Amino acid sequence: MAQSFTPGSVDELVQAVEWAVAGSHPLELIGGGSKRALGRPMQAEMTLDLSAFSGIKEYQPEELQLTAGAATPLAEIEAVLEEKDQMLAFEPADYGALLGTRAGATLGGVLACNLSGPRRIKAGAARDHFLGFHAVSGRAEDFKAGGKVVKNVTGYDLCKLLAGSWGTLAALYEVSVKVLPAPERIRTVLIMGLDDARALTVLGDAMASAHDVSAAAHLPAALAARSAVPYISEAGTAITALRVEGIGPSVEARCTALRAMFAMHGEGEELHSMYSRSFWREIRDGSPFGGDARALWRVSVPPAEGARLIASLREQLVIEAYYDWAGGLVWLALAAGEDAGVEVIQTAAVAHGGHATLLRAPTQIRAAISVFQPQAPAVAALTARLKGSFDPSAVLNPGRMYPGV
Amino acid sequence: MPPPNQTTIDHRAEIAADLSALIGDAYVIADSASLKAFESDGLSAYRQMPMLVALPSNTAEVSQVLAYCAKRDVKVVPRGAGTGLSGGALPLADGVTLGLGRFNKILEIDYANRSAVVQPGVANLTISQAMDSAGFYYAPDPSSQIACSIGGNVAENSGGVHSLKYGLTTNNLLGVEMVLMDGEIIRLGGKQFDADGYDLLGLITGSEGMLGVITEVTVRILPKPLTVRALLMGFASNDAAGQCVAGIIAAGIIPAGLELMDKPAIHAVEEFCHAGYPLEAEAILICELDGPEVEVEELVGRVSEIAASCGATSARTSESEAERQRFWLGRKSAFSAAGRIAPDYYVMDGTIPRGRLSEVLNRISELSEEYGLAVANIFHAGDGNLHPLILFDANVPGELERTEEMGGEILKLCVAVGGVLTGEHGVGVEKRDLMGEMFSETDLKQQQRVKCAFDSEQLLNPGKVFPTLHRCAELGRMHVHSGEMPFPDLPRF
Repeated sequence: MAQSFTPGSVDELVQAVEWAVAGSHPLELIGGGSKRALGRPMQAEMTLDLSAFSGIKEYQPEELQLTAGAATPLAEIEAVLEEKDQMLAFEPADYGALLGTRAGATLGGVLACNLSGPRRIKAGAARDHFLGFHAVSGRAEDFKAGGKVVKNVTGYDLCKLLAGSWGTLAALYEVSVKVLPAPERIRTVLIMGLDDARALTVLGDAMASAHDVSAAAHLPAALAARSAVPYISEAGTAITALRVEGIGPSVEARCTALRAMFAMHGEGEELHSMYSRSFWREIRDGSPFGGDARALWRVSVPPAEGARLIASLREQLVIEAYYDWAGGLVWLALAAGEDAGVEVIQTAAVAHGGHATLLRAPTQIRAAISVFQPQAPAVAALTARLKGSFDPSAVLNPGRMYPGV
Repeated sequence: MPPPNQTTIDHRAEIAADLSALIGDAYVIADSASLKAFESDGLSAYRQMPMLVALPSNTAEVSQVLAYCAKRDVKVVPRGAGTGLSGGALPLADGVTLGLGRFNKILEIDYANRSAVVQPGVANLTISQAMDSAGFYYAPDPSSQIACSIGGNVAENSGGVHSLKYGLTTNNLLGVEMVLMDGEIIRLGGKQFDADGYDLLGLITGSEGMLGVITEVTVRILPKPLTVRALLMGFASNDAAGQCVAGIIAAGIIPAGLELMDKPAIHAVEEFCHAGYPLEAEAILICELDGPEVEVEELVGRVSEIAASCGATSARTSESEAERQRFWLGRKSAFSAAGRIAPDYYVMDGTIPRGRLSEVLNRISELSEEYGLAVANIFHAGDGNLHPLILFDANVPGELERTEEMGGEILKLCVAVGGVLTGEHGVGVEKRDLMGEMFSETDLKQQQRVKCAFDSEQLLNPGKVFPTLHRCAELGRMHVHSGEMPFPDLPRF
C-alpha cells in the first residue's frame, strides 16, 4: 500500500505537488477511490488523497449552476439537486460495483474521466456540462479556467481538456457544472425479441424521429435476464428500449407515437418511472456484467456501426455484448484470457470508425496491454506535449492513460 | 501585436512566388487593391493590410503552405468568412492570411449516424438547408448564419439564439481534420460520440485559429422539431422581464430560445422593420418553444402564466409560421437597425448570471449617461449572454476611443458580477487586454503553454487572446520553490 498525503488546503496541495516535483515522486490522485481499478495500473510512490476538497460551495437552481469541491460525493450532489427537481443531465456513471469497490464516485472523478450515461446522446457528455475549475497543475501551480456561466468563450476551453484526462494534467480541487431541470415524467418503450441488427435499426429510426428520445439501448436475451427489473428479466427475450422524458402529456404522446412507429415488431411494453430509473441505471453502470469476472470493454463507434462491429468480432471471439447510445456505445465482455482480446477488439474498433477502452480486467493484463486505444503518431506526440505543458516532471498519475502520459 | 519581422516583409515577393508554386498563381493575392478586402473581419474598427493572402483548395495544400511558412518563420492568420466580431482574423503586416473560402463543399450527409461531413468554408445555414427536405438541421445558429463559415464557428465556438437548449458549436461537433503549424495533418473524433484520449476536439473548438487550421468538420445533426411557436411578451420594466426569465427557468422550462430587448432596441428595430413590437414596453421577451404539438401547447400555457404573474403588459403567441418569423424579424434585424439610427455601433458580448440582469442593465444605462453614448441592449436572456450595442460616430474625434472605454467598463462589470468577458464572439484582439480581469498571470501562462504544445514558434495567429506574449522556452521553465516534505505537522500516513 502506497503512503498517502491528504492535503487539507490548497496551499498544502501545492506543497504536496512541489515535493513530488522536487524528488520526481509519482503521485496517484484519488477522490473517492472508486476508479482506482480503471486505466493502466501505476507504480505511484504516494497517493494524493483529495477527499478534503469536498462540499457544495454554491448552488443556485435558477442559475442552473453548481460549484463544489472536486471530491464531493456524487450521491451528495444528486440528493441536493433532487430537492430542487434538477439533475446532472449527463447521467454520471458509477462503476464502483462493476469494479468491486464500495467507494463512491465523486463529481471531480466523473468529470476527470468524462464518464457519461445513457442521456449522452441527447444532453451531451460530462465534458459538455463542465463550466469551470480550480486545480493544481504538475508544475505545482494553482490555476483556474472557464467560469460559472454556460456561454463562455473566454480563453481556451481547458475544461474540455481536463475532462477525460484521468488526472494526468492537474489535480482538480473545485469544479463548476451546469445543472438542468429533471424531467417531470419518464417512460421507457420496450420492443421485444429483436436480433441485434434489427434492434439497431429501430434505435437509429427512433433517434432520427422528432420524438426526442433521451436514451436508446438494446439488450440481448441472456443479458436482459440479468436485470433486476421484473418486466425485463421475465420477458425471456431480447429487449430494445427507448426512453422518453419531459412533461406528462408530451411523454404520453411520444410514447404512443413510438409504439405506433414500431408496431410491426409487436405490441411492446412500457416501463413507468420507477422501473425506468432502475433499468437505465443498470445500462449506465454496466450492471448486466456486474456479477462476473470477465474482461469488459467499452467501445465507442458511429451508432449505425455497433451491430456490424459485434457481428465481425463474433467471427473471431466468444463475446457477449449490449448496446447503449443508440448503438454508439457497445459494452462487450469476454474471458480475460491473456490479453482480453486487445488486438482483435481495438483493430475492429478502428475499422468501424471508433475506439475501444478496457474497463475491467486483472491488473496484470491492464499493465501489459493498451487500455486506451493507441493513438495516431501525430496525435500521440501532441498528447505527450500537452502532458508536458501541464506536468513536465510527470508526477500526476503518470502512465495512467498511455506510457508516459 | 507582435512587432513585424522586417526580414519577412523584405522577402515578400519571394514568398509570394513560393506560395504560387504550391497552390497556383491565381490563388496567391499580392496586389494591394485585392488585399484590401482582407484588411479586417467583422470588427472593422481594427484594420491591417496582410502581407499576402493564400487561398488553398485542399488539405494537402494547407499542409504545404503551413509547412513552408513554418520553415521560413512566416506568421499565418487563418480566416473563414471574415464575419467574426472580435478581430480574430485581423491580419498581420508580416503575415500570410490563409483564407478557407474554397473549402466550400458538403462532403457527406450520413442520416444513419445523424452526422454531416463538411468543408470549413461552407456557410452555417447552408448545412441546414442541404438537409432540410429530409427533416434534419444543424442546431447552432449564429445571427450571421447566412454568411459565417462552419470552420469559423469551430474556431470561435459560436453560439446563437438556440444555444440555450441545443448548445454551442462545441456541443454539436463530432470530429475535425486539422493541420498543425508544422504541416502535420491530424484527425480528431469522427462520427462516434466520444473521442478517445484527451479531448483535443473540445480544446481546439473556440481556440480562435491559434492551434491549427481546420480543413474538415463533422457535425451532429438533429431531426427538426414537429412544432415551433414563439411568444412575444412586453414588460413595463427590465426588472419584470428579468423576473419572467428567472420564473421560466425556475419552472423547469428550457425554451429553445429566450431573448430580451430593451426599449432603445425595440424602437430601433420597430422603425427599421415594423415587426409589431409593443412600443410602450420597457423590455420585450421572445420565448420560443419547440417539440411535439401537445408539449408546445402545454408550455405556451405555462410560460403565459409566468409572464402574467410577472406583470407582462402584453403577450402574443405566434399562430402561424409567418407570425413566428415576424416576431424574430426584429431580433434578427437588430444589428442592421442599429446601423440605421447611428453612424456606427459597437457590439459587446459579455455573459452574466441571469439573476444579475436588471442590476447590470441599470448600471449600463448609468454608463450610457456618463459617457454620453446611447446603448441598445439585446440579450440572450436564457443563458445570460448580453449584447449591448453602443451607438457612436467614428467621425467625431475621440468617440471611438470613448466607446471602447465604455465597452471595457461593461465587460469588467460582467466579470465583477460573476460572469465572463465573452459569451460567443471570442477574445481576439478586442478583449485581449481585458483578460487580466478574469485570469491571473498563472492562468494565462498555462493557456499559453497549451498554445506552445501545438505551435512552439507561435507563428499561427499570434497577438490574439493573450495580452502578453511569452516565448515558449520561457513558459516551459519550472520554478519550484521547495522540495520539502509537505505540511509535516499534519498526520498523513
